[in-house]
Amino acid sequence: MTTATATATAVPVRGAGVDAAPARATAQTTAIAFEDVSKTFAVDGREFDALKRVNLSVERGEIFGIVGYSGAGKSTLLRTVNGLDRPTSGRVVVDGHDVGSLNPRDLSRLRQRIGMIFQQFNLLQSRTVYQNVAYPLKHAGVPKGELLDRVEELLDFVGLADKALQYPNRLSGGQKQRVGIARALANRPDILISDEATSALDPQTTGEVLDLLQRVNREYGVTILLVTHEMDVVRRIADRVAVMQRGEIVEHGTVYDVFADPVHPTTRRFVSSVISHEAAESTLERIRRVHDGRLVRIHVGDRGSNDPFLSRIARTHRVDFNVVYGGVSELQSRLFGTLTVELLGADADVDAAVRELAGIVEVTDVAIREGASIA
Amino acid sequence: MPETDFSTLLPKIWNALLETLVMVTGAFIAAAVLGVLLGHVVYATRAGNLLQNATVFTVINAVVNIVRPVPFIIVAVALIPVTRIVMGSSIGPVAAIFPLALVASVAIARIAESNLVAVDPGVVEAGAAMGVRPWRVLFTIVIPEALGPLALGLTYIFVALVDATAVAGVIGGGGLGNLAMTYGYQRFDWVTMFIVIAVLIAIVQLAQFAGNRIARLVMHEGR
Repeated sequence: MTTATATATAVPVRGAGVDAAPARATAQTTAIAFEDVSKTFAVDGREFDALKRVNLSVERGEIFGIVGYSGAGKSTLLRTVNGLDRPTSGRVVVDGHDVGSLNPRDLSRLRQRIGMIFQQFNLLQSRTVYQNVAYPLKHAGVPKGELLDRVEELLDFVGLADKALQYPNRLSGGQKQRVGIARALANRPDILISDEATSALDPQTTGEVLDLLQRVNREYGVTILLVTHEMDVVRRIADRVAVMQRGEIVEHGTVYDVFADPVHPTTRRFVSSVISHEAAESTLERIRRVHDGRLVRIHVGDRGSNDPFLSRIARTHRVDFNVVYGGVSELQSRLFGTLTVELLGADADVDAAVRELAGIVEVTDVAIREGASIA
Repeated sequence: MPETDFSTLLPKIWNALLETLVMVTGAFIAAAVLGVLLGHVVYATRAGNLLQNATVFTVINAVVNIVRPVPFIIVAVALIPVTRIVMGSSIGPVAAIFPLALVASVAIARIAESNLVAVDPGVVEAGAAMGVRPWRVLFTIVIPEALGPLALGLTYIFVALVDATAVAGVIGGGGLGNLAMTYGYQRFDWVTMFIVIAVLIAIVQLAQFAGNRIARLVMHEGR
């Protein structure tokens, strides 16, 4: 237990203050709070910890992404939100309700206010697109006249008005997921949870579905909690992200902070699957063969001034430099990047140059095995 | 070999056909209701399912497993005293409905259960996630999704019942099977036997055709 607490406090959290909730959030209240959530499964007589004391809160109006490899526990965590899975200990509080303490009737009501979409869409094969979207409305007792208008509105929103009378097996994967989204939104939920909703789709269709989810968030103000193994999904639509591994959250923060400066090795691996500003070990070895000067990584990003610091400092200290690797990207309308630079000159001059650089930006020495910070 | 006398044969065949139809349809309707019901109970009460209940599941599952492997002729003979109580007699097509229905309902229970089990659990979960309570999930999601395969399964049982009536016929039920046995097998009247076989084939073809049509109507899918 003490080790678990220690790990929990060691989780790197950045931007928790100002950036915690996006500017467009209407109220600074918590939509979903995971409080010390643990879940243990018994598999073949052996205990397996799917979730280990997870603490996390999702703010109203944001898009929150949870990434992790399969088996990390992210789907289990997601499913505690609407009570499809129940924590062994800890609480999940949704819109102020402790999910675990609700009686079946109240849980059923809460579920009507939480839309859910799935990797395999889970549409009713025996019903038309129209009937699929109408199903949750009928169940909620919406009168027939209103129901018709609502379904029409929803199908318009997802761009499938012309497919209303088709059966799901006639639709493409992307169209099926759009029906899934329309169905999930039918009862005007406050929260949408998405379990790998784009993982069965090709990149083009994934983009379309993500755009649609973003519209759901912006136009209807729906809070979205999504689970994915694709970091690209997080990069494209999430405001904040948590990285899960073996039932624990190993890192979380705003998408910008996590992408610009990933701390945990798993996070680094996820970030590098999408954005690769830093050379891999094998690439570095190849670079080393040609560049035997001192290699440093310079972290660059949005800077307020037009100061050409790199060439200025090089000139002052009479050193030359080669940019050997790197890149700059934009995320949430902010720039971030890393340049790997070779510095050539007398040792004392190079040292002085690095010191001055470190006063302006974050500089890391590049060793073949592990980078050590000088700043 | 005896001459075939069509003036006496045709009414005999007509009578036997009616008897067979009484047995098959009577047993089929009773078995479909009871069997589908049993299948649902077994499905729904199985551990981890919508209305899990170990006692109900174990009892019904055991009954189904005990009746199923016993050959129909043994069941029919063993049930004669019970049949007499339930149907008032143990002879004739109406009486034969009882053992036929019992055996068929057990078979239908298994078929219905396997059709229900084959319904995508994801769809069931989607229902739960929408806040739909278990009973409603069963009736508005699971059953409609299983209807196509279920129609095919029921057709299969209908055909099997036509077959079983021949056995029921031999032990006093009458019908086409009995006619084929007494005239064709025991008196070497091949013409009668061939006509009976032709009629049986026609019934089976018709049933299969109707079953396929119904299944296609409720499935709407190319799975």
